[in-house]
Amino acid sequence: MKDNKKSAMVSPDFLIKRKALSNAMVLLLITISLYVLLYVISSVMFVDSNFSKYSVFFNLFNNKAYLLMLALGLTVVMITGSIDISVGGVTGLISMVIATMLMKSGVSAIWSIPVALGIGIAFGIVQGFLVAYMEIQPFIVTLSGMFFARGMISVISTQSVPITDKLFMSWSSAKVYIPFLYNARRNGTSDVAYLTPAAIAAILVLIILIIVLKKTKFGRSLYAVGGNPQSALLMGINVKRIKFMAHVLCGLLAGIGGLLFTLLSPSGNPGNGYGYEIDAISSSVIGGIMLSGGLGLPIGTLFGVLINALIERVVPLLGIVEASWPRIITSAFLFVFIVLQSVFAGAGKKGGFKLLRPEWMRFRSRK
Amino acid sequence: METTKQEQNSPFLTMKGIGKSFPGVRALRNVDFTLRHGEIHALMGENGAGKSTLVKVLTGVYLMDEGSVRLDGVLVVIRSPQEAQKHGISTVYQEVNLCPNLTVAENLFLGREPRTMGLINWRQMNRKAAELLKKLNISADPTAELNSYSIAIQQMIAIARAVNTECKLLILDEPTSSLDADEVKKIFTLMRQLKNSGVGIIFITHFLEQTYEICDRITVLRNGELVGEYEVEKLPRLELVTKMMGKELENLSELTVDKDESRFEGEVPIMEACNLSSGTSRVAPFDLKMYKGEVVGFGGLLGSGRSELVRAIYGADKAVQGQLFIKGKSTRIKNPLEAMKQGMAYLPEDRKGDGIFADLSVRENIIIALQAKHGMFKRLTRKEMGKFADEYIQLLKIKTAGSETPVKSLSGGNQQKVILARWLLTNPEFIILDEPTRGIDIGTKTEIQKLILKLSDEGKCVAFISSEMDEMLRTCSRMVVMRDRQKVGELIQTELCQDTIMRTIAGGEEGNE
Amino acid sequence: MSNFNIGNKSYLPALKPLAMNLLRSRLTFSLVILLIVVVQNIITTPTFFNISITNGFISGYIPNILDEASELVIVTLGMTLVIAVSGGVDISVGAIMAISAAFCGMLLNGAEYRTDVFHSPYILALFFGLLGGALCGAFNGFLVSVLKIQPMIATLILFTAGRSIAKQITFGQTIYIMNPQYKWLGVQIPGVPVRTTIIVAIVIIALVVLFTKLTSFGLYVQSVGINGSASRLVGLNSRVITFMAFVICGILAGVAGLVGSSGVGSVNSGELGLAIEMDAILAVALGGNLLSGGKFSIAGSVIGAYTIQAITTTLYAMSVRADQLNVFKAVIIIMIIVASSDVFKERIKKLSRKKSSKSMPVGGQINEGQ
Repeated sequence: MKDNKKSAMVSPDFLIKRKALSNAMVLLLITISLYVLLYVISSVMFVDSNFSKYSVFFNLFNNKAYLLMLALGLTVVMITGSIDISVGGVTGLISMVIATMLMKSGVSAIWSIPVALGIGIAFGIVQGFLVAYMEIQPFIVTLSGMFFARGMISVISTQSVPITDKLFMSWSSAKVYIPFLYNARRNGTSDVAYLTPAAIAAILVLIILIIVLKKTKFGRSLYAVGGNPQSALLMGINVKRIKFMAHVLCGLLAGIGGLLFTLLSPSGNPGNGYGYEIDAISSSVIGGIMLSGGLGLPIGTLFGVLINALIERVVPLLGIVEASWPRIITSAFLFVFIVLQSVFAGAGKKGGFKLLRPEWMRFRSRK
Repeated sequence: METTKQEQNSPFLTMKGIGKSFPGVRALRNVDFTLRHGEIHALMGENGAGKSTLVKVLTGVYLMDEGSVRLDGVLVVIRSPQEAQKHGISTVYQEVNLCPNLTVAENLFLGREPRTMGLINWRQMNRKAAELLKKLNISADPTAELNSYSIAIQQMIAIARAVNTECKLLILDEPTSSLDADEVKKIFTLMRQLKNSGVGIIFITHFLEQTYEICDRITVLRNGELVGEYEVEKLPRLELVTKMMGKELENLSELTVDKDESRFEGEVPIMEACNLSSGTSRVAPFDLKMYKGEVVGFGGLLGSGRSELVRAIYGADKAVQGQLFIKGKSTRIKNPLEAMKQGMAYLPEDRKGDGIFADLSVRENIIIALQAKHGMFKRLTRKEMGKFADEYIQLLKIKTAGSETPVKSLSGGNQQKVILARWLLTNPEFIILDEPTRGIDIGTKTEIQKLILKLSDEGKCVAFISSEMDEMLRTCSRMVVMRDRQKVGELIQTELCQDTIMRTIAGGEEGNE
Repeated sequence: MSNFNIGNKSYLPALKPLAMNLLRSRLTFSLVILLIVVVQNIITTPTFFNISITNGFISGYIPNILDEASELVIVTLGMTLVIAVSGGVDISVGAIMAISAAFCGMLLNGAEYRTDVFHSPYILALFFGLLGGALCGAFNGFLVSVLKIQPMIATLILFTAGRSIAKQITFGQTIYIMNPQYKWLGVQIPGVPVRTTIIVAIVIIALVVLFTKLTSFGLYVQSVGINGSASRLVGLNSRVITFMAFVICGILAGVAGLVGSSGVGSVNSGELGLAIEMDAILAVALGGNLLSGGKFSIAGSVIGAYTIQAITTTLYAMSVRADQLNVFKAVIIIMIIVASSDVFKERIKKLSRKKSSKSMPVGGQINEGQ
């Protein structure tokens, strides 16, 4: 439909460098196709291992709700051309804080929500300030943030703190059953698909974020800043403030992610959250979010997370027990998508996530 | 945007007695400028003329020290770009200042998107964009990404954005610099349409022909002062060139070089370019021969393509067409190192950006080209490096505390000498000097000119670009003249005087070459 | 500065330029920090300078620090070059360490998980370990110099996948190389009282210094890092130089990996060189090198690396855990970077200008910040 509209409106000699679809759409289509392909192949290959059951499919959402939040946080900062690798550490820190708070201080579970969000936002504010106003490279800032967070976990406790708080556990094990999606089990009962409150919350956040990015001035400003910060400035956007807000938003999403994670796995373990930032980045990149900034749709991130979950689910079924293979495969996809993006980067981008870009990579126009 | 005939010709903008100084430099002094409704007015001037300062005063980037600005007769004080915008003044810059990753419609409306209940209404935005584009006759799909269109179209969309906000005065700062002829035509069509609807346009450009094609009046600035305001129809090109360069027709400078006419008969040129070009938006394909022991000057207005021409020869910009012969042999130069191995040297125009390694020492800056020629594994010994550095510090009288001083702490003139030393050290046969005397004190300027003559005596071939005509006249035996990115002529010996040079630059009704 | 008189002569004029040079020198910065750490150690540990011979080793606090710092020093050298040439960082160095150790270990063990016999010649296995490092470096270099991907993103791939790949090479387990000869590299060559790691570190430092100074590589790296377009115009090939820097970084990470795994007699891909990239970046910054690239100082980086190790050891001695240690490191690195950031310097300048009340009335001048 889009194509027809275009050809009706434009005359040939003006269209020297036209692409049929925008870059963002192409990357998204690749992602979605990849997911569909993998899913179909897996369903066929593992037809006997209960792969295609509804409950299994929805459990992907349940188990990865937290990752979706983290990845969406990454998506927001990546669009502005920045990055945040502290989200894993923040997640772990939040779970440890909640666990300690509930178990050792006897605080009501209700407080876990503001605490989680507060921690996330705090990280976002500090990191955002350093990146946007002090103009320090985001990678270094958030790497330090990650180390700070991980360190604080150990400071609080070096032992695991399992959560047994009744209220919290009731949230954690709550299930919302979807009545008409069920498969029959061998023993005669029905295996009904369900969503956890966490998954529902995550989906809501996703929908809100999609709307914000597409339909609000703030959302569009994020893209503008990621596309060309100098132009954005000249067009009246407060670039520093947008970059700052992007990090704060990422922090907020990390906070939500930390909370959802703790609901999923109610225990404060020192090793929690380790490597989650990588998963979040991979999900975003595979989802078509350009590392260089300015392009990418949050719906792609969803598919990136689904692919991530799918690989994790499928690899053991292939008989590969070794825990490191899913990571290798995801990294391989990450590599492919990074190269793919660098090819698409020839689409005339200026500025953006060229953080550490040395002088010789910058295009110079002569008089 | 219909206007009455009276409004059409009455002055919209009147700037009087504008003065602006910065520490150490008087950028503008007592400059007047007027712009009528529905007029396209060119603002021209060479380096340091004050064009951009004047525009920045008008758009609120700078506060003027003296003078007044009136819009439709009313005195205004503009303190910021936002205020300028409110008065109906919009600017479009040389580099397209839009976001390439956003759609055309978005770029047009960023910051002013049509909303429904607080959320952006894309359908309405696309529709309004389509209307705006149609009105201005720009063929572009509002829903397409900006970077799927050529620079010319992007430039037009930038203009459309500027014009979209109750714009009465549009400032176009060198909008055609990276466009080819067809693309320029399209921009001009748009400009004429805007003019007809009463928008006043200030057109800053270096291109002579374009000025004559599209503009109604021209204001010329030189060294921060107003030279004059003229009707385009009444100003011959030669006079324009004269006024821009500040030379009076009667003022000829003496020739001090012995120019033997038949010196190069039958000799193989050290460099010959046939139909060479690094891209038509940079420089039109040119032919050029240069001989041993010659000093060839390159005359033309700023932006006429002189740098681009020499860069194409050196390989700094890759040649996309044509052939290059070095000492008679056809050569392909893929990168500067190959040019250097063929005996070439290039002193770039942008000293800071392309020339010096700021944090490295004087010694390192001097030996770097020679070292590159030798390769990574044949390192010059410390002793050798020291010797070379000292030699040239003395030879060129470089003022530095020592050879280990970081070059960034040297003055501009001395930095230039360091770069010159760098290239002389490679013992080139063909040396290109692009504005070697810019921003340098008189004493050093003279030294450099003497050096150029000495080089030619030693049998080297020198290509010399300078914005100071006198310097070239004193040293060159031949002059290549450029206009609007094209080589338009060559002048030799007896033809070499300011008068002829300017006539050639101006071309036009004097007859093209 | 009070007058410094000896006899009737005032030495002040002569001292001033020397003092100013010292103050300006970037090395001073790192030396000062090292000094602070050393002094602090002396205060808390009176036995700091004690050196004794135990079990045929020279041991004591200082030798311990030197020993433990070896891996970091070697990796820091590579990181210095990468940062200098590209203004970016290589975060895959830890993973490369694991990969090299895995290559070497598997060759030596002949694919057995635990054995005390070498299945391949020692030297050959070491060579393959280094080759592994070089290949990783080449991969990174290719992405950065040919595909023009930023270093941080390019090295993200090996950072993510590297350890898993290393684990696969060792068939998913930690492998143990029981042959005592294996420990020569990381612990001790029999009969030599100095730990081999220290010797290796010194040798590597020497090699890198020689390579960067005896060839023009060091000069080229600095040139490309300072001004890429000028480098091109004087005939340098930025792509090749950048590529080489990454390959060297990979090889050096390989050496560090071999040393590290030899030190513990096993190849544990999950633990080897964990989080070393952070320390290496910190060491480079501490050494006075700009993280935006350009001029670099090997001496500075080396001092920086030993300083970091000294801080780490000191904190361990105070019963601080590894993870907790990272909190301090994180804060310190942020403080250093903020202090050396342009924005910070601008604000300091403005503050001092205000104080000197010589400021010109700026009045409405808007800085577009372009």
